[in-house]
Amino acid sequence: MDDSRGDIVYRMARPETLKITHLDSFTAVFHRASGITHLVTSPVPEILAALGEAGMRRVDLMARLSVDYLLGDADEAALDARLDELVAAGLVAVA
Amino acid sequence: MRHVFQVRIGPVGFRIGSDWRAPIAQLEALYAAYPKPVDGVPDFTVRLFAARSWRRVVRPAVMIGGDYVLPEAAPLPLAQGLLAAEMGMNLQMALGQRHFLLLHAAVVERDGQALILTGVSGAGKSTLAALLSLRGWRLMGDEFALLDPATGLLHAFPRLVSLKNASVATVAAEVPVDRLGPVLEGTPKGTIRHLVPDAAALAGMDVPARPALILFPSFGYESATRDVAQSEVFVRLTQASTNYVAMGERGFDALTGLVQGVPARAIDYPDTDGAIALVEAAWAAR
Repeated sequence: MDDSRGDIVYRMARPETLKITHLDSFTAVFHRASGITHLVTSPVPEILAALGEAGMRRVDLMARLSVDYLLGDADEAALDARLDELVAAGLVAVA
Repeated sequence: MRHVFQVRIGPVGFRIGSDWRAPIAQLEALYAAYPKPVDGVPDFTVRLFAARSWRRVVRPAVMIGGDYVLPEAAPLPLAQGLLAAEMGMNLQMALGQRHFLLLHAAVVERDGQALILTGVSGAGKSTLAALLSLRGWRLMGDEFALLDPATGLLHAFPRLVSLKNASVATVAAEVPVDRLGPVLEGTPKGTIRHLVPDAAALAGMDVPARPALILFPSFGYESATRDVAQSEVFVRLTQASTNYVAMGERGFDALTGLVQGVPARAIDYPDTDGAIALVEAAWAAR
């Protein structure tokens, strides 16, 4: 895990920038700024819900996800990768 | 343009101009019972013009132009001028339509409810729509489903049905010859023959319907039916839409609403009789 990122607070993009619709196993997320539709599956909807508008550091996010879900293969590197993707897509913002 | 023809198909008005008389004469005959654009103002313009001015006489080759064009499109021989006009009209819709979310699909209606038939080219959408229209269903269109984001209703776009290859004989066996256009051999899609929609399709052209079932037909397999999950329906319909991205959030809302509100099934069929039976069974079980 990259410690230089430890203090970064991640938060879900402002709610007015997204439209989220759940479709059985997938969740469709419309990103208003880009006009792009993202089809995402676990753990992305769970990450977005956990971060919320208040946001949290990744270590807190991992702890929250571990409490809320049975993370049999909790992998911090994988969580970092997902967060990076979500930031790049505009679905997650960094403080 | 020397020769001009105007027509309204459902909510969309077209103006087709041509360097030649022949394609316009065929359009006039086949679209004889159709109305003209509202107030005479078309939504889209298609131009059929000579690849080179002298080619109009020497070896006629039809280029397709209009409000929207495909720069790489190859010219068609004059004998396929009718096809060029239809392709030009489809192109304007596919690239220019902004009011409706467009799905590449056939639509038929019964009891005020609409059945959407979508799938890859060759799945049998046009054939099934034509056959169902001969069995008590109203043809709403064989090429585009027009979904109104404001209401969730489908609007009819009953252009000439484009029958291809084996389906030409299948459908021609059931309809009078005066409802069929000329046989167009050797087109980029093989043999094509157009079918004029019946009186019920034209009379109901302005009557929308609420979508009630989405079917994904596949031709050439043993009869089978399976439910299709919402997420798969969503992905397949975004692929089947020509203007989903251009429609932005209205498209997202319209499509997610359709996917969440309407059941979807895939049907595999070995022949047309099998297909009709599967469609009726799926409709009864919707």
